[in-house]
Amino acid sequence: MATTTAEPALRPVPQILVHEVHKPRETRQWLDWVLTTDHKKIGIMYLVLTFVFFILGGVEALLMRSQLAVPNNTLISGEHYNELLTMHGTTMIFLFVVPVMAGFGNYFVPLMIGARDMAFPRLNALSFWLLLCGGIVFYASLFWHPPEAGWWSYPPLSSIQYSPSGGQDAWIFLIHLTGISSLVGAINFYVTIANMRAPGMTWGRLPLFIWSILIYAVLLIIALPVVAAAVTMLLTDRHFGTHWFDPTNHGSPVLWENLFWFFGHPEVYIMILPGFGMISEVLPVYARKPIFGYKAIAASTIVIAFLSTLVWAHHLFTAPMPLVVLGFFMLSSFLIGIPTGVKIFNWTATLWRGSLVMSASMYYAIGFLIVFLIGGITGIFLAVFPVDWQLNDTYFVVAHFHYVLMGGAVFAILSGTYYWYPKMTGRLCNERLGKIAFWVTFFGFNMTFFVQHALGLSGMPRRIYTYQPDMGWSTYNLISTIGSYILGIGILMSMYNFVRSYKHGKIAGPDPWKGNTLEWFTTSPPPVNNFDVVPRVRSVEPMRDIRLEVEAQTGRLQKTGGSEQFARS
Amino acid sequence: MRRAVIFVRSLLGAVRRFGIRFVAVAAPLSAGIYFALAQSASAACCTLKSGGSPNATSIATLYDIIFGLAVVVFVGVVGVILYSLWKFRADKNPVALQIHGNTRLEISMTLTAVLILVVIAVVTFIKLPGIVNPPNSNAGASAVLSASLTAENPPNGQKLTVCVTGRQFIWRYTYGAGCNKAAWQDRLPYSYQEMVVPAGVTVNLLIQSSDVIHAWWIPALGGKVDAVPGFTTYTWFKALHANELYHGQCAQLCGRQHAFMTALVKVVTPKQYTTWLSQQSKLITQQNDQVSQIREYLIKQGTLTPSGNY
Repeated sequence: MATTTAEPALRPVPQILVHEVHKPRETRQWLDWVLTTDHKKIGIMYLVLTFVFFILGGVEALLMRSQLAVPNNTLISGEHYNELLTMHGTTMIFLFVVPVMAGFGNYFVPLMIGARDMAFPRLNALSFWLLLCGGIVFYASLFWHPPEAGWWSYPPLSSIQYSPSGGQDAWIFLIHLTGISSLVGAINFYVTIANMRAPGMTWGRLPLFIWSILIYAVLLIIALPVVAAAVTMLLTDRHFGTHWFDPTNHGSPVLWENLFWFFGHPEVYIMILPGFGMISEVLPVYARKPIFGYKAIAASTIVIAFLSTLVWAHHLFTAPMPLVVLGFFMLSSFLIGIPTGVKIFNWTATLWRGSLVMSASMYYAIGFLIVFLIGGITGIFLAVFPVDWQLNDTYFVVAHFHYVLMGGAVFAILSGTYYWYPKMTGRLCNERLGKIAFWVTFFGFNMTFFVQHALGLSGMPRRIYTYQPDMGWSTYNLISTIGSYILGIGILMSMYNFVRSYKHGKIAGPDPWKGNTLEWFTTSPPPVNNFDVVPRVRSVEPMRDIRLEVEAQTGRLQKTGGSEQFARS
Repeated sequence: MRRAVIFVRSLLGAVRRFGIRFVAVAAPLSAGIYFALAQSASAACCTLKSGGSPNATSIATLYDIIFGLAVVVFVGVVGVILYSLWKFRADKNPVALQIHGNTRLEISMTLTAVLILVVIAVVTFIKLPGIVNPPNSNAGASAVLSASLTAENPPNGQKLTVCVTGRQFIWRYTYGAGCNKAAWQDRLPYSYQEMVVPAGVTVNLLIQSSDVIHAWWIPALGGKVDAVPGFTTYTWFKALHANELYHGQCAQLCGRQHAFMTALVKVVTPKQYTTWLSQQSKLITQQNDQVSQIREYLIKQGTLTPSGNY
């Protein structure tokens, strides 16, 4: 057996050298959290904070639905209803969906690429605290006068003349603060992924969740400066005498619409792409086979991001625009449906001839596929601009975006949470409760939003705080409201599951699901330094390769769960 | 004819991907679903409001065609998912097939998606002129026509122009002279909330706003158009039946009473329209004269200053 002296330097042998890396505790525990720059602690803080905002946004939604349950209801006034709808939309988008993706990214990007932490740990902490400050600034307006111009804040309604209160300014400051938080976080993600991957992890072996976070970061960098400029222009219009959007002084409200939606459309892809990435991780694990068409899914993520910068005016189809512009944006919106369809096809093909393990996480992933498909299809309807002239600003659009955002992003988030919960906490969630929660959520969700398609078709506009009994909208509204309560119960059941399992869940080993990616190679939860030695990556599924190698060497098949499987030698 | 073209093109795409035997079963099945749905799609729940004007009818037909295609796609994909969940569950299928992809399959599926979208785009562009271009008014409409320098004209130029002005929280209509800034002085007839129009006449709407962004929308008469301050936007309708009342409301958040910014379009015969118009003008002139008298009296009395203020 000849060995060359050069070999050991080229091929590090994976060894588990376990040693304690904790400093002796000098500071109080809560101060640890406040001062931390550890990506895992920051990730947990993101997840907890964003789920709190999710509940707040959900309460706002339930209040709105309660007001709409019956015609001519007097539960909530027009003013308060407009405030609620503004708070609900803004909270869900800027304080929940976008940052929760950053939270998962924070926790799992370094782990999945085999790194010790993010590239800029202190900047990472800044991102979180800016998010918290933005949320506080925004919600502080509840004590004075919340904004009421909708989450898009179209001027002149959002100008100082028609929205004199400070709530609109609180909204502007939220955009500034969360914008900087996300922008700085995006740079952090990009640099981390570009520079800190494990040896052997080429771009072609990057896990699909990492691809999605990478593209998410790029889109944030493209889109956020535009909205930051737009809201700054609104701020100067409101307080410093400019007239960017003031039609009585050579300004144009359509300028705001274009600037906002140039950000707004990439924003919705920012919200969904990491969710796509999570589904691309979850499905192969529970189907026990590789993702179908890895290259196509990675490429389609890039194509979607590119095209998302070219479709914004489909939100402006009813605004004054030339016909040729309308036609262009219809065709570009069609185009973006194609890479999305590629993904759905590939996910479905991943299930085909698999060996499907129906865990709670898998339930949510399958639910995602069905519900997102409906949302994507209704998007095609809306892309046809003459049809959009009937459907824009009606409940059809509300149904569409809740199908893709609530059914899409939120179901993906819940699937990812059930999947990654054991890694973050060392315990499994209660699977049975998770499955029951899924059915309640799925049923409630469809009951709430499916009938809203019919409401839009029969002429009910958005953002109205009440309606007349002779319009024929009463039955569907009542069904939708009852559904929203069921949906709320389903979400609460999952939240209860997460909280309870922290102390009472079954102990999970490092790899309860027989996962494919590197985060399953370390303990649950991971030590501060994540990995003692990082294995060389030889494929898209490094953990699977390791597991097969261990099984081949020891002749022992890994059992799921139980800490005995991770033998330390 | 159009539906036959769509059907044949989908059929060819399916044969390329699935093989002839599968298609022989699936094609009639999907066609059956599609046509059945196209009938039921005219149920109120599941199609757009229309019937008041030809542009609304064109939009509704376009929607129905897309709806049929959407259902076929949905049933296909969800069918495969549910079948997989049942057939390939772990206790029945313990060994998964370790494939990484199938390039031919992926390409043909992508091409099928492209084909469906091409069909939708083609159908849209075919229907577009009927939605955007106003048709001729019926014969016998000449008594009620007006001139306008802007907006799309019907081919024979004969139309009625109504200026729709949105403001928080009411719609105002000025009849017969476009969006004339001198409408008050010229004592042009106007009405609030309820627009009266003659049947069978192409009505051009010039839409403006005097404060924030609103949107004009009568679902049965066509799509909505934003009323943006600083801009004039245009749409048209041609009411097909007299003695109808169409409902609509503002469709862009415009403030606290946005929910109550409703609109009505009352369609009458051309003769009733001219009668109403002259009646309205008379009433307005009468009221204006009365107000002028009261004002002069109050100025003489000293309650108002000579310029008419407190």
